[in-house]
Amino acid sequence: MIQADLSIILPEIVLAVYAMLALLAAVYTSKDKLGPLLVWSTGGLMVVLAAWIATKASGTHVAFGGMFVDDGFARFAKVAILLSAAAVLVMSQDYMSRRGLLRFEYPLLVALAAVGMMMMVSAGDLMALYMGLELQSLALYVVAALRRDSVKSTEAGLKYFVLGALSSGLLLYGASLVYGFSGTTLFSGIIETAKHGEVTIGLLFGLIFLISGLAFKVSAVPFHMWTPDVYEGSPTPVTAFFATAPKMAAMGLFARVMHDAFGLAVQDWSQVIALLALLSMFLGAVAAIGQRDIKRLMAFSSIAHMGYAMMGLAAGTQFGVQALLVYMAIYVTMNVGTFAFILMMEKDGKPVTDITMLNGYARREPAKALAMLVLLFSLAGVPPMLGFFGKLYVLRAAYDAGLAWLAIAGVIASVIGAFYYLRIVYYMYFGDEGEELDSNNQPILWGFLMASAAVMLLGIINMFGVEGAAAAAAATLVN
Amino acid sequence: MSVFAFYLFAISAIAGGLFTVISRQPVHSVLWLILSFISAAGLFVLLGAEFVAMLLVIVYVGAVAVLFLFVVMMLDVDFAELKAEMARYMPLALLIGLVILMQFVMAFGAWESAHGAAEQLAQPVPVDRHNTEALGVILYDQYFLLFQLAGLILLVAMIGAIVLTLRHRQDIKRQDILAQMYRDPAKAMELKDVKPGQGL
Repeated sequence: MIQADLSIILPEIVLAVYAMLALLAAVYTSKDKLGPLLVWSTGGLMVVLAAWIATKASGTHVAFGGMFVDDGFARFAKVAILLSAAAVLVMSQDYMSRRGLLRFEYPLLVALAAVGMMMMVSAGDLMALYMGLELQSLALYVVAALRRDSVKSTEAGLKYFVLGALSSGLLLYGASLVYGFSGTTLFSGIIETAKHGEVTIGLLFGLIFLISGLAFKVSAVPFHMWTPDVYEGSPTPVTAFFATAPKMAAMGLFARVMHDAFGLAVQDWSQVIALLALLSMFLGAVAAIGQRDIKRLMAFSSIAHMGYAMMGLAAGTQFGVQALLVYMAIYVTMNVGTFAFILMMEKDGKPVTDITMLNGYARREPAKALAMLVLLFSLAGVPPMLGFFGKLYVLRAAYDAGLAWLAIAGVIASVIGAFYYLRIVYYMYFGDEGEELDSNNQPILWGFLMASAAVMLLGIINMFGVEGAAAAAAATLVN
Repeated sequence: MSVFAFYLFAISAIAGGLFTVISRQPVHSVLWLILSFISAAGLFVLLGAEFVAMLLVIVYVGAVAVLFLFVVMMLDVDFAELKAEMARYMPLALLIGLVILMQFVMAFGAWESAHGAAEQLAQPVPVDRHNTEALGVILYDQYFLLFQLAGLILLVAMIGAIVLTLRHRQDIKRQDILAQMYRDPAKAMELKDVKPGQGL
């Protein structure tokens, strides 16, 4: 039995064992000099694992008595997580090296966080969920405070840690109530007990606490307070990481808990999530208007985007989950490109985050400005770009599920939010000539920026097959 | 008798928790916390979970509480200022706490477990084997995955502590054992012939 179980979680084992071996190797040899090599080997391994998972035999496999579920949904989320984590790692190498931040632990902590994320999206049990979540969160707290001589970075790490611990407490309390109700922590058992009759008030309490804990992890309003500070304080490559893979993992976990454990009580949680989605979309759109720091702006942008993704979840249907997956895949791709651009914003070798510094950028760097324009239009949801189709998907899912008011609110919030994305475009193309940024053209960052922008334009033809994969993945989760 | 013991431990656990929060001296708070832990251990003994009770005493009282005590004594935190800060938010906090409490009274007042929940419950106290043995079996068999994941989490915590605190300072002298071993009298000492009455 144990061999069959282990063969199902083999990708996770490979990544965890790699992290431990690399840690030992680095400690016993040249320590931080091995940093760049470890970044590339970790990124490479993640890509290989993603390819392996993507091509692995289909079907649903369950390991460890139902605690670990390997189905199409988990595989889709894992491929997105691994690819985005690898992309952000590789992008960060030069930035971190030049600032002396590339400790050899950094890529290994990211790898261990990725193991946690893979456990999260495959969790089939409340305890496995918590373990995966903590493994991921603990590694993230550390990388947030990686620049330990900076007050802002340590503040970011500490804030993230304290609030994360609070949200874990909420989540655990909810889990204990659910356990008290159903007598089991397995999702398959919880859904069985809910089948027998009405959802009692005790289970509902547990459900609300669980949702609160998970909403913190996806930074949904009103659990979003940490996001701007953590995004601003962390080193930029770490911010890029926060905005991509962990968001995908948390959303995947959210969808898995809701559908696998409470799939028969859609009425009870759909309205709660719809409200979270509504608040997130509007707060993300309105609060970002006053921001001049591009990292804080991206934080509010990610809050708004999580609102749209949750709209797909609130629909509570198979199409809703499909829309959520498509939206998240597009969101992650856009963010990789946008952060590649932000990582290139430097003046005299120092990172710059003020958006007014982009004045007249298009005249000096037309190609990069054009790519950024495509990405910003896509983030805003302007029609010809892929981002628009992502939004269209979730709006349709919400509308089909009878949440027309939510879909209309989503359109309004999207129009409000377009303002601050377009303002950056305005600065780049029509701003007054001001201080010039360095013309920093690292081939890797440039490549990711251009590739991401190209995906936003070319993806509208067939979305590179993501649509079909997401549909297949959603079918395995919702039935 | 066991009812009496239950109320004794329960009351001292709650009192310990209460005084942890409201006592003015941080060191006293930690001592109250220890009382609370020990009472909880007593409650576990009453439930027949003597292994968990011992764990609570050894790990929480023995290690964690002593660690807290050191942190409280060594960190220069102005607790009076923190308390004053807290007092400002107290009315709002009390209000929210009261609302949540009322909701819980509602929830637990009408508590109803699912049909079939009793059958799904993991057997907490196995009758045929020892408590510790039963825990070991369940931990390494049914919960093997979680056990290993917990190990990974602790590894991350360890790496994190080192990443965030270890500093390699250049200006301090480190012990070089090889250099010490290869010292010999010829290199370590210089012999001078001091003439009487002159000095060096």
